[in-house]
Order: sequence, then C-alpha cells, then structure tokens
Amino acid sequence: MTRIRMNTVWQEIEKRILVLDGAMGTMLQEYKFTEEDFRGEQFKDYHLSLKGNNDLLSITQPQAIKEVHAKYFEAGADIVETNTFSGTTIAMADYEMEDQVYELNYQSAKLAKEVADEFTKKEPHKPRFVAGSIGPTNKTASMSPDVNDPGYRAVTFDELRIAYKQQIEALLDGGVDLLLVETIFDTLNAKAALFAVQEVKDERNIEIPVMVSGTITDASGRTLSGQTVEAFLISVSHLPLLSVGFNCALGADQLQPYLKRLSKETNFYTSAHPNAGLPNAFGEYDETPEQMQAHIEGYLEDGLVNIVGGCCGTSPEHIRLIAEAAARYKPRKIENVITSEVKPA
Amino acid sequence: MKNNDNKYLTLSGLEPLIVTPESNFINVGERTNVTGSRKFLRLIKEEKFEEALSVARSQVEGGAQIIDINMDEGMLDGVKMMTTFLNLIASEPDISKVPIMIDSSKWEIIEAGLQVVQGKCVVNSISLKEGEETFIEHAKRIKWYGAAVIVMAFDEVGQADNYERRIEICERSYRILVDKVNFPPQDIIFDPNIFPVATGMEEHKLNALDFFRATKWIRENLPYAHVSGGVSNVSFSFRGNNTVREAMHSAFLFHAIRNGMTMGIVNPQMLEVYDDIPKDLLEHVEDVLLNRRDDATERLLDFAETVKGNGKVADKQNLAWRETPLQERITHSLVKGIDEYITEDVEEARLSVDKPIQVIEGHLMAGMNVVGDLFGSGKMFLPQVVKSARVMKKAVAYLLPFIEAEKDGKVEAAGKILLATVKGDVHDIGKNIVGVVLGCNNYEIVDLGVMVPPEKIIETAAKEEVDIIGLSGLITPSLDEMVYLAGEMEKREMDIPLLIGGATTSRAHTAVKIAPSYSKSVMHVNDASRAVTVVGNLLQEENQSFKKEIREEYEKFREQFLTRGKQKEYLPIAAARKNKLQLNWSEYQPEKPNQRGVHVIENLDLKVLEDYIDWSPFFRSWDLHGRYPQILTDEVVGEQATILFKDAKILLKRIVDEKLLKAKAVYGIFPANTVNDDDIQVYEDNNREQVSGTFLSLRQQLKKHQNKSNIGLSDYIAPKESGVEDYIGCFCVTTGFGTEKLAKEFEENHDDYNAIMVKALADRFAEAFAEYLHEKIRKEYWGYANNEVLNNEELIKESYKGIRPAPGYPACPDHLEKNTIWELLNVEERIGVKLTESLAMWPAASVSGYYISHPESKYFGLGKIKEDQLKDYAVRRGIPLDEARKWLNPNLAD
Repeated sequence: MTRIRMNTVWQEIEKRILVLDGAMGTMLQEYKFTEEDFRGEQFKDYHLSLKGNNDLLSITQPQAIKEVHAKYFEAGADIVETNTFSGTTIAMADYEMEDQVYELNYQSAKLAKEVADEFTKKEPHKPRFVAGSIGPTNKTASMSPDVNDPGYRAVTFDELRIAYKQQIEALLDGGVDLLLVETIFDTLNAKAALFAVQEVKDERNIEIPVMVSGTITDASGRTLSGQTVEAFLISVSHLPLLSVGFNCALGADQLQPYLKRLSKETNFYTSAHPNAGLPNAFGEYDETPEQMQAHIEGYLEDGLVNIVGGCCGTSPEHIRLIAEAAARYKPRKIENVITSEVKPA
Repeated sequence: MKNNDNKYLTLSGLEPLIVTPESNFINVGERTNVTGSRKFLRLIKEEKFEEALSVARSQVEGGAQIIDINMDEGMLDGVKMMTTFLNLIASEPDISKVPIMIDSSKWEIIEAGLQVVQGKCVVNSISLKEGEETFIEHAKRIKWYGAAVIVMAFDEVGQADNYERRIEICERSYRILVDKVNFPPQDIIFDPNIFPVATGMEEHKLNALDFFRATKWIRENLPYAHVSGGVSNVSFSFRGNNTVREAMHSAFLFHAIRNGMTMGIVNPQMLEVYDDIPKDLLEHVEDVLLNRRDDATERLLDFAETVKGNGKVADKQNLAWRETPLQERITHSLVKGIDEYITEDVEEARLSVDKPIQVIEGHLMAGMNVVGDLFGSGKMFLPQVVKSARVMKKAVAYLLPFIEAEKDGKVEAAGKILLATVKGDVHDIGKNIVGVVLGCNNYEIVDLGVMVPPEKIIETAAKEEVDIIGLSGLITPSLDEMVYLAGEMEKREMDIPLLIGGATTSRAHTAVKIAPSYSKSVMHVNDASRAVTVVGNLLQEENQSFKKEIREEYEKFREQFLTRGKQKEYLPIAAARKNKLQLNWSEYQPEKPNQRGVHVIENLDLKVLEDYIDWSPFFRSWDLHGRYPQILTDEVVGEQATILFKDAKILLKRIVDEKLLKAKAVYGIFPANTVNDDDIQVYEDNNREQVSGTFLSLRQQLKKHQNKSNIGLSDYIAPKESGVEDYIGCFCVTTGFGTEKLAKEFEENHDDYNAIMVKALADRFAEAFAEYLHEKIRKEYWGYANNEVLNNEELIKESYKGIRPAPGYPACPDHLEKNTIWELLNVEERIGVKLTESLAMWPAASVSGYYISHPESKYFGLGKIKEDQLKDYAVRRGIPLDEARKWLNPNLAD
C-alpha cells in the first residue's frame, strides 16, 4: 500500500533534526509587563489581579507574543509552541477565566501560525510549524494533594479529558500543525489528553501529529507520579504519535541518560527540550548557550533525537546554537514509522 | 530492537513489564478479588482499606507480577470501590510498581478503573456475549485508555465448553479486534476458560485437555496473542485438600505453559514446585488432567483421602529463617534489624562457647560484618543500619553480666574515636548517627556530647588515646570553633586525624580554613557511610599514602577555590546601598497589625502541627536523599524511606498522644522603620520616637547584572523619611523541651534508632511550628493576608506573602541579631529558650526569626561581603572589628 503523509512535518522530520523553540516565560519577563499591561483594554476592569497570567498576553499583548515567536524562528527554530501552556479551564480557574479558554487558545494558535507562515514564505525550503502546547494543568489525576487522604483526587480523568478537548479544539481551529502534550509529571493527565485528542480526531475525521513529552523530576529517574522511563513510555504508546520525549526539570546534561533509555526502547521519533541547566541557589537557570550546546551535541553524536529545543531558562541565543549544532548531524533513524496518518494513494 | 517493533505485550505500573518469548510465566495475584476471597470481601465491606492494601502488598511481595482487582459483589458499589481502592494503591509504590488487572463483568466498573490508573493495565474481560457492536465499542475505548485486554471465550450463544467452540470464538474475536478496531494483536490475551476437572461428571473429563489444546491452537494461529486463565478453578472439586490442590495447580500450569499459556491468575502460595510433587500424587493428578484413564477421577479421589493436609499454605515464608543454623539466625536478626529473637539466639550461642565474650567476637561480629559489607556496597541504608545497631546493643547488653562475672576482659575494638559537637553548638543528630554507624563497625566511640569546650576535647583525646577526632556543628560560628581546635591541635603537636562534619561544614571550608591550621590529616566527611570508609582507611597500617593523597587533594582544591573566588566583582558598600531595592512606598500602605506587643503561646497541641511538617529534611537527616513524598517511591531508597516513615509515624503518634514534647512560642509585632538604608529601628509605640531595639541588616555587595538590586532585609521596611507607618515582627518557637528526656529513655534501652528519631522529629515539629505560627501571623495576629488559602505543599514552596527570615540563614547570616530578638521578646524568661556563647538556641529544636509583610519581600542569599561593609557594621554594632570579623567570617569575601 502506498502511503501518503498528510502533514509535511512527516517529510521534514525524515530529512533533518527539527528544532523546537525555547522558553516563552523567560522572554516575556523581559517586557516587564505591569498589571495594566496584562489587563490590556479587554480586561481593564477585571475583578482579579491578572499579572502573571502569561497565556492571557496572547489576547492583551499579541505583538509581544509574535515578537517572541519571530525571535525563535529567526534563531533557527522549525517549530514554535503556542503560548497556551496553562490554557485549560482547570489551569485558568485560578484567574476565574474558564470562559476565556477557547479565545486564548484560538488567538495563540492564530498568532503563532501567522508568524510561521511569514517565515515559511521567506524560506520555502524550510517550512515552519506551530505546535499547540498542552500543559499538565495544575492538578494531578493519580496523586492526592492531601497527605492524610491518599485516596483523594483533586481532579478526575473526565474533568481533564473535557478540559483538554476544549483546548485541543480551539488550537486546531486556530490552525496549529501539531499538538504537544508536554511537561507530563503525572502520566494519567497525559492519558486524558491523549484520549481527548483521539476523540477530536474521531469526531472531525482528521489526523494530526502528536508529540508527547514527559518530565523526569530528579535524579531518581522517575516522573513525579513515580514511573520509570520505560513504564512511562509503555503508558503513552497506545496511540500513534509523532514523537515521544522529555522536557523540563533537568538540564540537557542530566537528561541524557534517560533520553538514551527512551530512544533505545521506542519506535516513535524522539524529542527533548531540557532546561538551561539546573536552577541555581536563587532558582535561576544559568547554563549558557555554549554550555547547553555542548550537552546537546552529546545527544546528536549518539543519535538520540529527532526534535530538540529548550525549556525553562532558554533564550533565542540558546536555540540559535542548538540549531547550529543540529544542522551538523543526521537525525535519529527509526525502522518502522508508526502513524495512522495515512491515506491510500 | 524495540518492543513495539517486536510486538511484545508491554504493561506498566510504576515499572515496566514486558512479555517476551523468553519471559517466564506471568503470575497474576488473585487475592484482591471479592468474588474469590471472603477475607478481602469482608475488608472491603467494612472499608478496612489499610488491611485490604496489605493483602495486595503481600501478593506483590509473594511474587505476583500483575495484581487482579475485582469488586463485583451485589452489596458493593463497584464503581466507587474500584475507584477508591485503585486510588489507594496508586499511593503505595510497593504495590503500584506492578501493572493492574481491572477485573469486572460490568463495563462501568472497568471504565472507572481505567480512569484512575496511570500505567498500562489489563482489562479482564470483554467478550462477544452482548454482540459485536458492544464488543467493538468497548475494545475501541480500551485502546484509547491504553490497556491490554483479556477476551473471554464467550459469545452470543454462550461460553465455549469444548475445543471447537473455544477456537471458533477466539478466532472471531481476534479478527474483529485486529481488522475492525485496529487493536494491537500483542495486547490481546485470550481466556479460553479453565473449568474444574474430577467433578464426577462425564462432560467435564476433557476440561483441562481442551484448554491445553485450545491454547496451543491460539498461539499457533492467532499471531502475537497471549493466553491466560484463572487456574484455581481447575481444582474446585478438592476444596479443603490443599495438598492435592497445590499439586493439581502446578501440574496444570506445567502442561498449560508447555502449550503456550503466558500468564494466569494464581495464588503463588498455593503452588507446589512441579518437581517436588510426590511421584504417586503427580501420576494420579496428571491422569485426571490429561484424561489418561477412565477411572482417573475415582483413583484421585481415593488417593486424596490419604494426603489430606494443609499443604504449604501455613505461613511458611515468614518464619522459615528460624529453622536455619544459629549463625544464620543471628546474622538474619542483625541484617533485618529484628530484635525479637536475639536474646534467645545469643543465649544459645553463649552456651555453645567457652567464654561469653566469644559470642561477641564470633557470632555477633560475623553478623555485623555482613551488615557492614551490605552498607558499604549500598545495599543497606542508614536507617536499617541503625536498627541493626539496636539489635547488636541489645545482644551485648544481654551478654555483659556474663562477661563481667567471668572477668574475661574487654572486646578488642578496631579503633577508638572521639566525637563531639563543638562549643556553643547544640545539634547532634548527625553526630549521633555517625557514632552508631561506626559503633556497628566495631569502633569504640567516646562521645563527649554537645557544647564541648576545645580543652576538654584535647584533654580527653590524650587521656583516652583516641585514634581519630570527629567534630560536628550546625551553626556557622561552629566553623570557627573547628578552626580554633585545629590550631590548638597543631600547637600541641598532636598527630590524630581530624574529621569534620555537620550541616554548615563543607569541603570548601575544610580545605580553605581548617586544613591550613593543622598540618596532619583533616577531612570533611558529611555522611555516615563515608565515615566508615574514611575511618577504615585512616586506621589501616599503611595509611601514609591515603593521608598524603588527602592532603594533596585538599591543597589542590584550596588553590582552585581561592583563584576562583577572585574573579568575582564587588561594589563598595556605598554603591551597593545606592543600588538598593527601591520599593514604591508612596503607593503602598502596610497593614496595621491586629495584635501589638509581645504574646506567648504555651503548650500548643502538637496534633495541630502534624499537618505543617515538611518531611523532606527528615529523610535527609537519615542520609536518604530525595523529596517527600516521591522519596517513598524512589527506585533506590524508596523502600527504606517508606519503612523509616512508618517508624517515624509511630513515634510521632506517641509523642502527640502522650504530649511528650512541649510546644511553646513567643512573638511580637512592633512599629518599625528603616533608617540610614540598612538599620531597622523598632519603636516602643506608634509615636515612633522611643527606639526599643535596632536590627542591623547586611547588604549584598556582589556586583549585579542588568537591573538587579543589591538587596538588604531593610529594603522591605519603609524608610523613616517616607512617613509610612511600617511594622516588623519577630518570634521564637520551640518544641525541644522533653526531647532530651525521651531520647535518654531510648538510649537506656539500647535503642539509638528511636533516640535519634526523637530529635529528628523534634526538629520537624519546631519547623512546623514556625510554619504554623507564620500562618497565624499572616492571617490573624497581624492579618495582612487574611484571605490566603495554601496547602502544606505550597507552604513548603513558600508561596505565601511576606517572609520570615531567620538569623544565621542566608538572608541574614548574622547570629548576633538573635540577641536583639531575645531582648525585644524577653525570650528566655518567657519560654525558656537560651542562647549559647555561639548563639545556638537551646533546646536545639527551636526556630527564631523576623516577620516581614511586604508583598514583594522574598528570601535571598546575602552572599559574600567586603571589608568596607564589615568595618561599617562593627561601628553600627558597637563592637571591635575583630569580633565582628569572627561573627561574619563565613560571609567575608577573600
């Protein structure tokens, strides 16, 4: 059977190592937005403080968001993530902004897509993509927040599934090319997100490449919910994915052994977007672009990744050096691409 | 090769389970099933979940690689019970490490289970019983949830009860799943029905044989699919005769596995080893299973009468070690930390030797050597070793009267080690642990306790002829005490290796400040396991090269450290003050405190504090590293952490119930303003004229990047000239009264484990009290954050508004500030907490500090300061420059 891939990302990923963008939050901090800036015109009279609600900036400061995306594309990123890490009703509850979730995701996707299209137009040989960022929410489905009541759960699978579904629909409507379920510290949350993806795909009769990225919390080599690398991989491999990988919590250096194990065990493409090192005593990430590049080269030499980028503390300069390194290496090879994204010729 | 390439069945709990062709048979635990276990049903009905969990745990410990959970009982709310129990299992890492089999005949219970388990489960089961449409719908959802599935050989007509029906239904199910649902074939597990044999009914004769044949057919004709089944069904006719049942299960499995069965629901404790089944019994059993003779059933029934017994079910795994030879029993007790049988075994050993001392030198040392080796190779952890020591002490205590009666001398120790917490410091948890661990390794410990003056250390070292001196300290002034002691040892030309340990000590400080004062061996040893190796190396005969190596290593480190330090750029103090944090005081009005003046809390109920405990540092004090609660599931230390935590909870409950520790606090909130950039004046009253005390803050001097400020605590308090009426609070809490008495009780019972535990818990209570009181301050007593709602995790992460920095910690390393707090609050008189000459608080389990309410106040580290600030500080404090230098030494830039 001849297979035609629906999304050009499938073709690009075979040719080269794709570069994902770096931190959004770190970049936004430099704008030093005030409470008024966060509110913008639209939420001038909102009854709660909105400073710190970064996702909201897609509506109130769209120009800044577009600038950040553009800086990353300029630095060499192939994929940027939408500014929607907290774009679910669950994560937005803190700001009582549940009813803004559709708009947040839709606008974020649209902004990013506009910037991506500009760059693709300028450099047609290097198409740029937008990944809809789907964060973990601030609640965990398989752990109790109350030490005295281990059976308690602050959120259920269905609550998560419904919230994720809403986010995914808005991201797709806004035009994202892929979905990125990331910073997974509780695999059950991710499974709810994947279930929602599947529902949307089924209802709309579409295909969309999905990236899954877990988080190894510390040197124990496990997710926050206690799974080993291999157990995590097994738990998210039931649906066709573009890639599986890790991000956040660790620097590129500390992440390498886990990435190695993952890369060895999976036939999906792999991704990594680590932090700029471990936080220092003041909670700041201070690994320089050069240092991070050197660690990432370690991945590239061992052929561990297909997609690579940065998480907390990384800047366009980090991404520039990572892209530079990535261009010098061949992508990790896999034998049988697993995707349902096929149509008869 | 990758697992998804090979089409291996992969499952997961916290850990992976991959079924390859090389895998042995997979045991599925069956005891957590209300339809199969009356005990489990009762526990669930009575909601005795702790015990129900222990049923699950014992299965995993007994070898189950998957556990089957079933809540199908008419009187139970199945959805609720499945959810509750699986949620509880999720927080028990020693259970949830294995994959779960969600067992129900009701779809809504299965789905409820799938929604609460993060790993890849097995659904048990679905079938064509209700038709193809339902079958497809369920299979599709199972795939989306990410689980494997057991398919029963059951269709619209009924359950398959012969070979042909079995393969017909399995094949049809397989084709639907693979072709229509796109279900991964390796995730399909067939259950071709295990039915009882030897029932006396003709039509049951082929039950086992048909199962074997169907299994073989499935494995040969339905690629990648697996076969499972509930094994205990087969022996249903022999209920009450465990000998026969166990033999029958083993023989059945033996044949089923040979035909390709990959997993099964079995009770691992109800299995005989196939080769151990007596030949005659095996022959009778296999005659039935394989239908080899017409009279097989009758013959087995007759034979069964002769082998009625209880099989091996009776608790064989628990006390089997009691049957082993004496030395093995003693070693087992020591390694496992079991003190129940030790005197009995030691008595037996005593009667077997000439002199009682030989039991210590022989049996007990042999056991402790095993402990030492396991600890040394990382296979045992600190809390276990301390428990071993407890058993050892109990054994020695039992033997001592006999040894004394014979006057047969002392045990030859491997070396003599002096341990002391230095002058002015009261912290001894770490030191005590090191003492216990070294004691276990046959070193004689001379423990001088806390607040030991240098003269006493030197005098005792000489008198007792010790081989090594170990110094411990937690507060920064102790560092200088250690430097001083090293200098004194040098003066007296002593040649005893000096070991340095404790929370504020570091390799850098040891190398840079202590080692240059003493020309012999100085080493920094910060955990108990290192201590054993280091002491061993120092006391071996040929220790010169080790000592030389250490000296060189420290010299190199010192050089590197000193050259590195010079690269940093500092601002003159005047410039740093210019670059102070500028808060906008014109638009900020500090909240007026609801309470003024000084207040005391007497005997707070400790129960209240339990919720405020931050457990991570507790584990750290036992050398178990990781964050709570994840540490409980840690791959390496998780098991030990869990045991330690359980033991801690037991003692904690006793302390709370019997009110063994006293929780007392004193606090006050006062009008205050900053003057001259760095001084916080505290006023008698709101006229702000009479100054009752002044807090002197220190300011960061390291040159900052970008627009960052050089912060001092005083920046968070409104400057006097702003005219803003600001406030500052300060406090001291203690939970230390009672600790010594309780620890001593344990020590007298040779229970160092609990003696150390008491102190570690008292420290946790003190920190919890500080957290609790801070919350009260924020929400009520001061009331600047009365809407705040935070859980314990958020408290630990310090996500609250305002800060409570403590003198001696990074934001204000100046311990002298405690004097000001003590004067303002009259701490000693009010709650009895004293300050030592090094300004350590006694009792040790105490916390003191300030309260600052500004919403932008944050914890920060002062970092290093320069000579100009030191001079300025000495003038402000009104003390000679040298004295100021002594107190701020650790913070002075080189």
